[in-house]
Amino acid sequence: MIGLLIITVNLVGALGAPVLAPFPEAEIVGDAWAEPSPAFWMGLDNLGRDIFSRLLFGARMSIGLSLMITALSFTIGIITGFAAAIAKGWVDTLLSRLVDLMLAMPTLIFAFVVLSALGTDLAVMVVTLAILDGVKVFRVARALAMNISALEYVEVARLRGEGLWWIITREVLPNAMLPLIAEFGLRFTFAFLFVAALSFLGLGVQPPAADWGSMVRDYRDVIALDVPAPLFPAAAIALMTIGVNFVVDWLAQINTRGLGDAK
Amino acid sequence: MIRLVALRLLFGVLTLWAASAMIFGGTELLPGDLATAVLQNSATPENLAEMRSKLGLDRPPLVRYGEWLGRAAHGDLGVSLSNDRDVVEEISPRLWNTFLLALFAALIAVPLSICMGVLAAIYQGGIFDRAVNVITLLTISVPEYLIGYILVKYLSVQYDLFPSLANVSADTGFGDRLWLTFLPMVTLVLVVVAHMMRMTRASVLSIMASPYIEMAILKGVSKPRIVVLHALPNALAPIISVVALNLAYLITGVVVVEAVFVYPGLGQLMVDAVSKHDLPVVQGCGLIFAGAFILLNMIADVLAIMSNPRLRRPR
Repeated sequence: MIGLLIITVNLVGALGAPVLAPFPEAEIVGDAWAEPSPAFWMGLDNLGRDIFSRLLFGARMSIGLSLMITALSFTIGIITGFAAAIAKGWVDTLLSRLVDLMLAMPTLIFAFVVLSALGTDLAVMVVTLAILDGVKVFRVARALAMNISALEYVEVARLRGEGLWWIITREVLPNAMLPLIAEFGLRFTFAFLFVAALSFLGLGVQPPAADWGSMVRDYRDVIALDVPAPLFPAAAIALMTIGVNFVVDWLAQINTRGLGDAK
Repeated sequence: MIRLVALRLLFGVLTLWAASAMIFGGTELLPGDLATAVLQNSATPENLAEMRSKLGLDRPPLVRYGEWLGRAAHGDLGVSLSNDRDVVEEISPRLWNTFLLALFAALIAVPLSICMGVLAAIYQGGIFDRAVNVITLLTISVPEYLIGYILVKYLSVQYDLFPSLANVSADTGFGDRLWLTFLPMVTLVLVVVAHMMRMTRASVLSIMASPYIEMAILKGVSKPRIVVLHALPNALAPIISVVALNLAYLITGVVVVEAVFVYPGLGQLMVDAVSKHDLPVVQGCGLIFAGAFILLNMIADVLAIMSNPRLRRPR
């Protein structure tokens, strides 16, 4: 429940940023590095912009990008994973070997190689991360579909002469929903932390746009001057991840024990 | 067993080869080509053509891949595009720094997490177990840089115990090096310990449910003795693989931690090279990171095979 609360607060902050933020994202409202005060809850940043307002606007970028990546990776992963499990034969072998290879390599390094060639463009980042993440979704989706497609009702559908698409969307997908939603949360935190890490390294979201990762990067030098500025966006990232993890745990409990036992 | 191990080694070599192909192929995605990227605005048709033949871009990609792989196997990774220095010379001191930092962290993290995991399993449900559980759940969700900056804020700014920048150089003595890299090391340890400890606890506990443990309990063996002598050896395989996985994670986690503490390691070099489109350096660093990652995973699997009597003598 705490998890859902954290997620809701974050989403409201992100969606309502223009209304909720006390100041516009890029407006200079005071001296650089002003201390936190009743007017500026988290102080001002290097140019004198309100950190709290920027945090609200940054949430849109951070959460929006991660949602896009996760949605795309699920589309890729579920379609290929289910197809592999249901079609079996050489399609399955080929896709599974390919995925094994991809999983045997470090994700971050891979993202680096692609970004170095194609440049730090948001679309490039989204597609790259979605593919790298989709590989992991494939694994889960394939295992789920393997179990489900061995059941009688799928066999019946196949005997009825239904096509691959029908079996995927009408027979397998509805029965794989709950574990897939939990997986969605898990992959979301992964994408979320990944985007933030890339931005923190200066390879993700480029200025003037800002997400939480790049805010940590912008403010990092002042930590040595005892200004807490970089801790706010970093803590926001942590809080969001913890919230989603709580919900994932809760879903996993429902999945294993049924709705009645999980509180 | 030898067959299993040999198969695993073969798969490792294949993976490494595929990684090299993907690293090379990834940099081939470059719109236009390397020559236009190097010359940028000063590109005229003549010097473009000259640059292309200098870089060997006038030949087909497969041939260039073969040559690149061959030279890389001989320890020649080419020349950096941004400062014309030899990539291997550029990489080696930084590789050493990164290796030392990761080793330092691993030496502390691995014994610590296994001890904590075993203790938590012995006193399952107790205060220690629950406290460790909550703390590790937090450190798993928290990004490396938050841990890093919190450490800097309290241990280095507020109380001035440790330096906030790990600016080591080649002639820094061993003691100074430990001192300078203390905070980055602690950050890395905090990040990986949580996972390793939880997995150790989980695998010990799953073994605790088996019949021979029940037998030992009925015999009247004490709980610590059961855990350490009966359960731990049988939980070894999953623990080894989770340790290796986390060490592999250390390799990539090190990139972010290096950025936090401005540590002159391989990760920083690679990040700089990525933003400068310095492809030979990116390829070189990528190969080393991927190689280390694949090697660790391979060692883990081989050790897991060897620690399992059933896999050691397959029927």
